[in-house]
Amino acid sequence: MANRANIRTSNSQLIAMIADEDTVVGFLLAGVGNVDLRRKTNYLIVDSKTTVKQIEDAFKEFTNREDIAIVLISQYVANMIRFLVDGYNKPVPAILEVPSKDHPYDPAHDSVLSRVKYLFSAESVASGRR
Amino acid sequence: MSGQSQRLNVVPTVTVLGVVKARLVGATRGHALLKKKSDALTVQFRQILKKIVSTKESMGDIMKTSSFALTEAKYVAGENIKHIVLENVQNASLKVRSRQENVAGVKLPKFEYFTEGDTKNDLTGLARGGQQVQLCRAAYVKAIEVLVELASLQTSFLTLDEAIKTTNRRVNALENVVKPRLENTISYIKGELDELEREDFFRLKKIQGYKKREIERQLASSKQFAEEQIAGKVSLQKGISINAAHNFLSVAAEKDEDIIF
Repeated sequence: MANRANIRTSNSQLIAMIADEDTVVGFLLAGVGNVDLRRKTNYLIVDSKTTVKQIEDAFKEFTNREDIAIVLISQYVANMIRFLVDGYNKPVPAILEVPSKDHPYDPAHDSVLSRVKYLFSAESVASGRR
Repeated sequence: MSGQSQRLNVVPTVTVLGVVKARLVGATRGHALLKKKSDALTVQFRQILKKIVSTKESMGDIMKTSSFALTEAKYVAGENIKHIVLENVQNASLKVRSRQENVAGVKLPKFEYFTEGDTKNDLTGLARGGQQVQLCRAAYVKAIEVLVELASLQTSFLTLDEAIKTTNRRVNALENVVKPRLENTISYIKGELDELEREDFFRLKKIQGYKKREIERQLASSKQFAEEQIAGKVSLQKGISINAAHNFLSVAAEKDEDIIF
C-alpha cells in the first residue's frame, strides 16, 4: 500500500501544533517550538482573527512536512476543518486532537476515537455472537 | 457462485495435473500462513484498541492539569509571560524519535520523545513566579509524554487496520477464488483423463471385435472355397453338373446324419 512505505526511522522529528494561545504557550514552555531559518514556525496560534483558510493551509503544510512526526490540534480547531481531518489517513505524521482550556474534550468528535469506538462495539457484538 | 464454475485454461494432461496439484498445495499452505498472520495482527490490534481508549481518557485529565498549571503560572508571573515564551522560541529542545517495531511482518512506528540541548526558558519568570513556571513546564512535558504515546498507538492503529484489511483480502481471495479454481481444474483434468481412458478402452475393444469378425469371415470363405473345390471334383468324377453335385453332397450329408441316428 502507498501509505505503508513512508514510515521512516528518523532520529529527530518535531511536534507541530495548531491550537489556541494558552495551549501553544504551554507546549512551547515545554520546549516543543521550533523556528527554522526562514522564520517558519512549527505551530499556529488560533485566535478569533485566524481564518479557516489559514488553519487549512497550516494543517496541509504540517502534514506534508518531512520533519514532523506528530500534529497536535485543538479539538475545536479540528472541528473547523473536520473534512480535512477526517479525510486524512496517513499514519505519519499522526494527528492528535487535544482538548483546549475553554472547550471540553468530546470523544464523539474525535475522528480516530470514533473509529475505535465503532470497531470496539462491532467487535463486542461479534464476540458476543460467537 | 460465479467462482465455482471457473477453472484454469489448461491442456488436460498428467503433467499439468501434477503442476496444478502442486499449486493447490502451495495455495493451501499460503492460506494457512496468511490466516495465522491475520490472527496475530488481530490480537495486536485489540490490545492497541484497549490502550487507545484508556490513554485517550487519561489525556483529558493530563491536559486539564497542565492547563491549570499554566493558569497558576500566569497568575504568579503575570500575563506577559506568554510573550516572553513566544519570543524565546528558537530550536526545539524536545523532539520525537521514531523507530519501527515488527509485528508479524507489519512495521509499526513507535515514537519516543527526548530532550536535546538546553531549554531557553530557564530564565523565564526569573523576576517572579519562577517555580510555578517550572512546574507548569514539567506538567506540559508530562502531557507531551502521554501525547507521544498516544500518537504511536494511533499510528499503529491505522497501520494495523490497513494491514489487517490487506491480509484478510488475500485470505479471502485464496479461499474463495484461487483454491476453488485450482480444485475445479484438477477435477476437470481428472474427468478428461478418465474420458480418454474410456475412449481408449472402447477403441481397443472395437478393434478386437473387428479382428475376430475378420478371422471368422476368412475361415468361412476358405471353407466355402474348399466345399466348392470338392463339388467341382465330384462333378468331374461323376460327370454331373455342379448343381447336381451340390445336391448330391447335401443328400449325402443328410444320409450321414441319418446314419448317426
